[in-house]
Amino acid sequence: MRQDNDKSNEIKSTFWRDPRLYQIASLSTLLFYGLFWLHFDISTWQVAITLCVSQLTQFAGTRYFNLPLFDPKSAVISSLSLCLLLRTNDPAVAALAAFVAIAIKFLIRWNNKHVFNPTNLALVVILSSGLGWISPGQWGQVAWLGFLVACLGSLVVTRAARADVTLAFLTFYIGLLFVRTLWLGDPLTIPLHQIENGALLIFAFFMISDPKTTPDSRTGRIFFALMVALTALYVQFGLFKPNGPLWGLIVCSPFVSLLDRMFPGARYDWSKPTTGHDLVSIPLSLSLQPQRRFL
Amino acid sequence: MNRVLTSMVTFAIGLLIWGNEASAFCGFYVGKADTKLFNKASEVAIARHDNKTVITMANDFKGDVKEFAMVVPVPTVLERDQIHVGDAAVLKHLADYSAPRLVEYFDPNPCQMIYPESRAMDMMAKAAEPPGRQERDKALGVMVEAQYTVGEYDILILSAKESHGLETWLSESGYQIPLGASTVLRSYLKQNMKFFVAKVNLVEQAKLGFTHLRPLQIAFESPKFMLPIRLGTVNADGAQELFIYVLTKQGRVETTNYRTIRLPEAQEIPLYVKEKFGDFYRDLFTQQVKRESQRGVFLEYAWDMNWCDPCAANPLSTEELRTLGVFWQDSPSLTQRRGLMPQAQNVFLTRLHVRYDAAHFPEDLMFQETSDRNNFQARYILRHAWTGTDDCPAATTYRQQLRERYEREAQTLANLTGWNIGEIRKAMNLASLPKGEDMKWYQRLWTN
Repeated sequence: MRQDNDKSNEIKSTFWRDPRLYQIASLSTLLFYGLFWLHFDISTWQVAITLCVSQLTQFAGTRYFNLPLFDPKSAVISSLSLCLLLRTNDPAVAALAAFVAIAIKFLIRWNNKHVFNPTNLALVVILSSGLGWISPGQWGQVAWLGFLVACLGSLVVTRAARADVTLAFLTFYIGLLFVRTLWLGDPLTIPLHQIENGALLIFAFFMISDPKTTPDSRTGRIFFALMVALTALYVQFGLFKPNGPLWGLIVCSPFVSLLDRMFPGARYDWSKPTTGHDLVSIPLSLSLQPQRRFL
Repeated sequence: MNRVLTSMVTFAIGLLIWGNEASAFCGFYVGKADTKLFNKASEVAIARHDNKTVITMANDFKGDVKEFAMVVPVPTVLERDQIHVGDAAVLKHLADYSAPRLVEYFDPNPCQMIYPESRAMDMMAKAAEPPGRQERDKALGVMVEAQYTVGEYDILILSAKESHGLETWLSESGYQIPLGASTVLRSYLKQNMKFFVAKVNLVEQAKLGFTHLRPLQIAFESPKFMLPIRLGTVNADGAQELFIYVLTKQGRVETTNYRTIRLPEAQEIPLYVKEKFGDFYRDLFTQQVKRESQRGVFLEYAWDMNWCDPCAANPLSTEELRTLGVFWQDSPSLTQRRGLMPQAQNVFLTRLHVRYDAAHFPEDLMFQETSDRNNFQARYILRHAWTGTDDCPAATTYRQQLRERYEREAQTLANLTGWNIGEIRKAMNLASLPKGEDMKWYQRLWTN
């Protein structure tokens, strides 16, 4: 009886320590603010469709691949990110994006890892097919600042083991923006204005940081962050296209397996957050699902 | 010689023109807000598809034409054929077609209507150089890449090694360079931009006989979908107004580095605004700019060029659009052979309005075309009350609710424009109306 109690406490404790819960809370708050205050070009219908289709796809994938546990959290994060970024007038496109985002996790895999970040791939598919668009200018200063605080807060609260890739990317990307500004002799208000973009924060804190698509070792991740930042800046200032980081990540993702071979590290498990250095899990929680996971 | 460097051209305040009344499905069109309502305003039309861009820059310069000069950063060196002088009338037509508009409805007799409050319509809303000049150019690092005389304009395409040389060259050539322009010039030079410099050739102008400056047009191919506004902010005394009309094939255009905001639309406002719609719109715009902390780019119109509803002016013809740079339509002859009217095809117009200064708009405007083909128009509604004498319970209720409606309209107007609510009520003569709202709910229940 007492053992059962211990076990249920452990399950509870693991559940509440999952960094994804905090991520869901901050993304949902931002979406509410965007919908009702900033009047984002998205209907509540599109939000509902995106959330439902992603959960259904997650459920179907869990059943089809015989996974032991249906975990909705990662799919919720993917769909909230899609709602915040993807704009379309067609509910079918919203549904397609949600389906692609989740299905791709089950279908495209290499060495037991996702090759592409689900949201990133779905966005790139929709953008390149011309079915939808991203409004990088939709964020106001207030929303951006608030969201920045929430994102930084999440790093502290969840003690996210893989904050290194986020911080490395932001350092390289913002640093290089400032270097470009100094070279051009422009006022510093320009790079400050350029980083005032909610999409950049979603990208840095929720996409590139995805442990399932980043290199296993810290060295690999920092190198990866530099590659993405350079590609992003090339897209922005060489090809003159918006959404540079998104294109940067999609181009660099296939190189993750190569980086893993060059700099090996421990594989990530949501229930055992590690930096990749510790081959033994840190005593934050117990692993409940040691099996192959698709989340 | 005192030439004034203007990267964008100034406008004088014009009078509001009450357009020809025309009935339309979405209410009766009664008027539009002219671009001339705004001080220091410039107008730019951009036609773009597949990296091919045609920019039309409107000059309504009111001063001495000898003092007119325009410096615009351009992404490539332009050939003679890439520069054209356009027709101001076409741009005016485009401005009129997309202007914010006022419409009016007339309430029907409530005694003859089942749903007197039904407003289904609203649902629909939705030259030769002196010797030695070349050596001097070389010493300053300035290259005159090309020079042409097009219409009444003398045009130079300049490139330079460094901004100081360019600045000196411009000063020596009689252009007054505002303080601080050097930094901006340097930034553009490092980004491989060239400079398009236009002055008025007085001899040519006299020959042509034009009294006004016609719009200048440039056509080029570049992945850069942007509008350089930074030079315009250098010597600007206060904020400037800019109207941008973008003609695209796919859909609505928005700024990627600033928030693009839809203006409040389909709002019911008091009838007396009909006499001062220009003031109303100007104050509404100022209020919205304030609300967005002076950082927003505002969407005034987004519509398929095939039609309009209600029409502030007729849609532009295929020929007019071609003069503005729309190159992707079928040629008129082909359309006529098919037995069709020469009507715009696959042309979507986005009208953006921005009030900018250096503090709030540090960067040039960058754009993207979206696949959004939803129509949008800044449209404001006047609703005339029914004044009949019929008597029935529905008419009594209608009359009692009128005051509430007027109060709502007054609040809307105050909220939209920042006008004093007391003055609005006074102008509407609200105090003289029967106080319908003072009645208790049960009194209204059994009125007959």
